[in-house]
Amino acid sequence: MAEHQGQVRTYGVIFVVLIALTGLTVWLGSIDLGEWHTPVGLAVAATKAVLIVLFFMHMLHGPRLTWAIAGTTLLFLAILLLLTLTDYLSRDWPTGRVRGEMETSSAQFFL
Amino acid sequence: MDTKSPPLAHHFATLKQQHETATLGMWMFLVTELMLFGGLFLAYTVYRVRNPAEFAIASKHLNIWFGGINTVVLLTSSLTMALGVYWAQTGKRNLLTVGLVLTALLGVTFLVIKGFEYYGDYVENLMPGLAFDDAEWHELGVRPERVKMFLIIYYMMTGIHALHLIIGIAIIGLLAFWAHRGHYTPAYYYPIEVGGLYWHFVDVIWVFLLPLLYLAGVRH
Repeated sequence: MAEHQGQVRTYGVIFVVLIALTGLTVWLGSIDLGEWHTPVGLAVAATKAVLIVLFFMHMLHGPRLTWAIAGTTLLFLAILLLLTLTDYLSRDWPTGRVRGEMETSSAQFFL
Repeated sequence: MDTKSPPLAHHFATLKQQHETATLGMWMFLVTELMLFGGLFLAYTVYRVRNPAEFAIASKHLNIWFGGINTVVLLTSSLTMALGVYWAQTGKRNLLTVGLVLTALLGVTFLVIKGFEYYGDYVENLMPGLAFDDAEWHELGVRPERVKMFLIIYYMMTGIHALHLIIGIAIIGLLAFWAHRGHYTPAYYYPIEVGGLYWHFVDVIWVFLLPLLYLAGVRH
């Protein structure tokens, strides 16, 4: 099966990159990037996830229908997260309270 | 004796069609799985946005070594799984069995390490309901009830992830048994492919849990 030629080498390279990115994640965790701390950590995680999905889960050479399914899933995940956050992030707006300050009555829900 | 011939179900025209249908079915299942974990990621996000200080401090109390080493263990298991699929495609029966057994064993290793980590969390008073000291957190200037919320989310996410891993180990173990019996051929190996998809998915979830749970705050 010619289509599988060189696959072991590819898997090896992907594995080494994944381990390196894991080291990078942990190293970045000790560096103060301020507001960017979490976005950067998640970006590295997303890179690792994409590598796993494309190569280990064979999406790269898989049917295009798989791409459609994965894309649709991410869309609905984004709707779930973003639309819910439009509520929670805007609850303090009228009073202009700082995010994380929990003195409003609606915030009691989180105690 | 088991039959070695590929069992082509009568409602499929070809083995290729059967393979693609089974793979697609697993992808559809993984969609529902992602929506399950999506709910947990949503709960995490909402609480973290509202309680950033508590999440940062509590996260630093978790042991990053356990989390980091377990990430390496899972990534290695994904490599052995991917190689297993390759050996199934190329008809290397013994290598396939070895790959699957290694994958399952690495999964067990993850759970054992996770067990030691949970025990460590218990010793460190990080287990609401069993071992938790409000005063400790008051001293750090954060509210203990919100720290508890972080810890509960931590146990829910890692617990449901571990449950998936236990199911995965059972599936991979079963596949290893059948592979050893010679069930699979380069034309008929979709159960290996489908089992692999599930295994890699569980790995992907953990990849996101590492920065979210262990690195919510800056570690010095």
